[in-house]
Amino acid sequence: MVTALVLLLVVAAGGLAGRNRAIVWLPATAALAVVVIGAGLVANRFAQRRVRAWGYCEREDDLLVQRGVLITRLSVVPFGRMQFIDVVAGPFERSFGLATVRLHTAAAASDARIPGLGSDEAARLRDHLAELGEAKAAGL
Amino acid sequence: MTALEASGWQRIHPLSPLVRAGAVLLGVIAIFAGSLFKSDHGSGEIEGRLVFGGLIAIWGLVSWLVTRWCVEGGDLRIETGLIRRSSLRIPLSQVQAIDIVRPVLARIFGLSELRLRTGGASESSGRLAYLTAKHAEVTRVQLLALSLNHPSNQSRAQPPSNQGLLVRIGVGQLIASIAVSWLMIVIALLIVALVVTAFIAPGAAISIIGSSGAFTLGLLSAVWHRLNGSFRLTVMEGRDGFQLHSGLLDTTAETIPHGRIQAVRMVQPLLWRPFGWCKLQVDLAGSQRKGGENRAEAKQLRSVLPVGSREDADRLLRRILPDAPIELIPAPLRVRFKSPLRYHNLAWGRSATVVVTTTGRLARVTSWVPLGKVQSLRLVQGPIQRRLRLATIALDTAGRNLALSVRDRDVGEADRVLLELIDSCRDARLNQRRVYPGAS
Repeated sequence: MVTALVLLLVVAAGGLAGRNRAIVWLPATAALAVVVIGAGLVANRFAQRRVRAWGYCEREDDLLVQRGVLITRLSVVPFGRMQFIDVVAGPFERSFGLATVRLHTAAAASDARIPGLGSDEAARLRDHLAELGEAKAAGL
Repeated sequence: MTALEASGWQRIHPLSPLVRAGAVLLGVIAIFAGSLFKSDHGSGEIEGRLVFGGLIAIWGLVSWLVTRWCVEGGDLRIETGLIRRSSLRIPLSQVQAIDIVRPVLARIFGLSELRLRTGGASESSGRLAYLTAKHAEVTRVQLLALSLNHPSNQSRAQPPSNQGLLVRIGVGQLIASIAVSWLMIVIALLIVALVVTAFIAPGAAISIIGSSGAFTLGLLSAVWHRLNGSFRLTVMEGRDGFQLHSGLLDTTAETIPHGRIQAVRMVQPLLWRPFGWCKLQVDLAGSQRKGGENRAEAKQLRSVLPVGSREDADRLLRRILPDAPIELIPAPLRVRFKSPLRYHNLAWGRSATVVVTTTGRLARVTSWVPLGKVQSLRLVQGPIQRRLRLATIALDTAGRNLALSVRDRDVGEADRVLLELIDSCRDARLNQRRVYPGAS
C-alpha cells in the first residue's frame, strides 16, 4: 500500500512537470491513480491474510513456525540444532515497537523467522531460546 | 611437550613462493626470456627486464622470510605478511583431518602442502605450503597425534576399523566415463560445427577460433579437472575415516572423517544407462576450496566414486552408511498430474537412522541423509499440491550442495512422517553424541 502511494506521488509529480499538456494528463493521472490505489488495496488485503497465517509454537524440544497463504510452510527447528538467534528491528518496525526474530542453524536453508513480534515478546523469546539451545546443543 | 612443540618457530621451504605463484610466474619468465633472446633491443630494455625480474625475486624472498609457523599451547599458529600481518591460530582440537596436496610444480621440486580441515564452515584455511614431502608427512602425523591427545578428543570412540581397499578407479573406465558425458557431446558438436564452417567459409572459421579462446579454455579446463580430480582414485577405509588418493599431475591425499559426511548422493545419468554405471558423491560440512578451483567447482560435491558399477556403489555405500534403507515407497498416482516427467523416479524410504529419497527427470538421483545430521525440517505445500492433497518434506543439512526433499507425498502421510522424523532425528542426535562426543 505504501509503495503504491509513493508510486502515485511520483507519477503525479511527473505529470505536473509536463504542464503544457494539462488537458491530457489530468484524466490520465486520475485513471492511473484509481488503478494504483486499487492495486494497493488488493495488496493490503493479501498482506493481511499473510499476517494472519503466520504462527509459531514453542514445544519442549523444538520451535515450529508456520507461514504462507499460497505456499504454506511449516519449519521445525530443534533447539539442539540452533546456532544463533537474531532479533532485528528496522526503522519502520521500531516505530511500531515490533521486531523480527530469526533462528539460524548450520544449514543455509533453515528459514524459521517470526516478524512483527512486540519487542518484549521478542526479547523473551530470544533469551528463552538461547537458554534451551545451550542446554540441548548437539555437535554439528 | 612434544618434539613439535619444542622446536619453536619454523619456516616453510624457500621455494614455496615460487611454487605458489605457480604457472603464472613460469609463463611470465618464459615470455621474458624468449623475447630477450629473440630480437635485439636497446641495452636499456634488457636492464629494465632484469630489474623487473630482480624485483620479483626479492618479493619472493621477502614473502618467504615473513612466513613462519609453530605449534604452541595446543594451537597451530601461522604468521604471514609483511605490511599487513596475518596471524592464524587453529586449535588442534578442532582439526578433523589433514590432507596432503601436491600440485605438479610442487611435485617437481619434491614438496607438498598440508591442509588442515576443521569442523566449521568457514573458508579460512590452515595451509602449510610448502614443506618437503618427507617433512610434510612427519608433521602431519605429529599434528594428528597432538589433536587426538587433546582432552576433549580423548573419549572419541573409534569406529570399527577396516583398513581395506574399497574402490580403485581404472584409467580406462575414467576416460570412458568422461567421453560418454554431456560435456564431451557438447565439445564434439562444437568441433563438428567448426569443421563444417571451415569447409564452407574458412575466414569465418578462423575468426571464430580466434575469438572463442576463453570459451574453449573453459571447456578444456572442465575436462581436465574431471580427469585430474579422479585419476587413479583409490578409496580406503581407515581408523580416521575414508582416505582418498587421486591425481594425475596434481595429487591429493584426502581424509574424510565419518562424522563429516552430511549426505550422500548417487546419480545414474541417462547416458550411462547402457553401461550400468553410476556415480557416488558425498556432501561435506565446511568444504574448503582447493587452490586453483573457482567458485563454481567448489560448489560440487566430493566424488567418492566418479564412475562405477552398481555393485561398487552399493559396497561403498554400505561402508559409509551401514544403516541405509532398502525398501522404497513410490509416490501416489496423482503426482503424475503435477510432475509427469519425475513421477516414475519419485520414491522415499527410511530406516531407523537414514532417510533415502529418489528423484530426477532424465537421470535418477538417489540421496541419503543420516538423521543425526538433519539441521531442520520443513513441510511445504504449494497451491497445486493443495489441490492434489500432496505435501513435500524438506530435510536441511549443513552441507552446502545437497537439498534433500521427500517430494509429493499424501498429506496425511506427510504429517505423520514429519512427527516421526522429528522424534527420530532427536534420538539420532543423542546417539551420535554418545558415539562421537566432540565430533562434527
